[in-house]
Amino acid sequence: MGIIEFKNFSWKYESSTDWILRDVNLSVEQGEFLAITGPSGSGKTTLCQCLNGMIPHSHPGVIKGEVYVSGIRVRDATVRQLCDHVAMMFQDPESQFIGMSVEEEIVFGPENLNLPREEIDRRLNWALRVVGMEKMLSKAPYELSGGQKQRVAIASALVMLPKILVLDEPTSELDPIGKSEVFSVVSELRRDRKMTIIMVEHETEEVAKYADRVVLLEAGRILASGNTEDFLSDVDRLEGTGVEPPQVTQFAHLLRKEGLISGKLPITLESTRQQIADVVRSRKRALIT
Amino acid sequence: MSSSHPIVKVEELSHTFPDATKALEGVSLEIHRGEFIGIIGQNGSGKTTLVKHFNGLLKPTKGRVLVDSIDTREKTIADLSTKIGYVFQNPDHQISQGSTEAELAFGPRNIGLSAVEIEARVEEALRSVGIEHLAKRHPLLTSKGERQLIAIASVLTMKPEVIIVDEPTTGQDKRQSRQTMNLLANLNRAGHTIIVITHDMSLVAEHTRRVLVFHKGRVILDDSPGKVFREVDILRETGLRPPQITRLAQTLQACGFPQDILSVKEMYNEFRHIMTGS
Repeated sequence: MGIIEFKNFSWKYESSTDWILRDVNLSVEQGEFLAITGPSGSGKTTLCQCLNGMIPHSHPGVIKGEVYVSGIRVRDATVRQLCDHVAMMFQDPESQFIGMSVEEEIVFGPENLNLPREEIDRRLNWALRVVGMEKMLSKAPYELSGGQKQRVAIASALVMLPKILVLDEPTSELDPIGKSEVFSVVSELRRDRKMTIIMVEHETEEVAKYADRVVLLEAGRILASGNTEDFLSDVDRLEGTGVEPPQVTQFAHLLRKEGLISGKLPITLESTRQQIADVVRSRKRALIT
Repeated sequence: MSSSHPIVKVEELSHTFPDATKALEGVSLEIHRGEFIGIIGQNGSGKTTLVKHFNGLLKPTKGRVLVDSIDTREKTIADLSTKIGYVFQNPDHQISQGSTEAELAFGPRNIGLSAVEIEARVEEALRSVGIEHLAKRHPLLTSKGERQLIAIASVLTMKPEVIIVDEPTTGQDKRQSRQTMNLLANLNRAGHTIIVITHDMSLVAEHTRRVLVFHKGRVILDDSPGKVFREVDILRETGLRPPQITRLAQTLQACGFPQDILSVKEMYNEFRHIMTGS
């Protein structure tokens, strides 16, 4: 059994007529990096909220099927119990701020775990460095820019060093290199600590480099799922889903349509570069001879 | 309306926040009617602080900002809102009314327009943004992507010359981001000056004609997207990098690809050009 199991799971708010999640079956192994993508309103955030128990415990609704996290049936667990397993970064960082300063905000979780002071400080300093906010320790949340708030929210989830880290569009307001840094830190945590990563993300360029698997949600259903390379290189299937393959893959797709290259499409810059360089070189040789 | 003078002129603008953070230091630039400008830069580099000076939400600590030749210190935000429309980073920060229609009518009503004029403007804004179907809906019960469009429409009803959109693609999927950028391109063609703050480099590359790069409160590059994205080293120091397709072309320079490719389409055309040897 995976560390996360959705079994024939459907859910809707008590007040809503439509099911928000429909018959979801999903199994995630410990240490896996799973990216969740799909158009706005497809149920991505709802799916995340099932993992820390906010659904069903904080929202009245109707459930079919089950979700298990670390072997615990979420329906029976308390949000507090799930905290020991799952840390979650919300899509809108403002909605999760509790502290009056960056420091208070980040240490809030570890303090509630009753960790020793030195351990809390160690984690605080590490997390601040990771998100590049070392100099912002005493700032109040309202003094921060959108991207800085997002950095603090990421740090607040990281300091929990959870078994399962859930990040809901964590990098939407970050500059490109900040974005890339978040992906690389998360993938280190996965490697060094066997942390399981669930990340909602539209930015396929980074997903291509780091995620093991991608799930596409649409209207509450898992429309497609596959290892990252198979998923992102299937450009025709992604057409019209709101998910854009990396630019290099779109480019390679155009070339393949014209018969200029063949085989599976590359999904990273490096593999595309090699493929294109080879094609151009052999063409140039052909022109000379 | 004279078009010879810049619509916005920024002279040696500095802004220091009450907590002594220097958000802008000695920024000078001119924005002309009809431009489509992208502002990029790290989190906290001064992008939003700059544009909040254009509509008077912030006043300079030093230097001055002229909108249509008038110092923003001599104008109220209401006066400036007919020249400069600002769409907040988080549309929820500006939505205050119980229906989309009422939201759109709010600004024009505040400047004392007639009921007939208000209605005409609301209809026109709903139509040009393509959200007629949301007219009677409560804005806060629509999706985030829709709220972004409502926020843009409510700025349009003031018929501002300049429309500033702060991070329009946050929380939107790629399809919605594209829709928003296409809408801004249409508004630009209709004569509006457009300024967009974003972290999405591919959208900047494909849509804007001028890019301002902010770093620590200063403008360190101000040029066409093609020229800006060639400055790989300067960009890297500021947490930025060109779009992936541009970087692909740059790593393939030895094969004859130019360094200022801005879109997948351009890259494709260039590839064909190289392959046919012409």
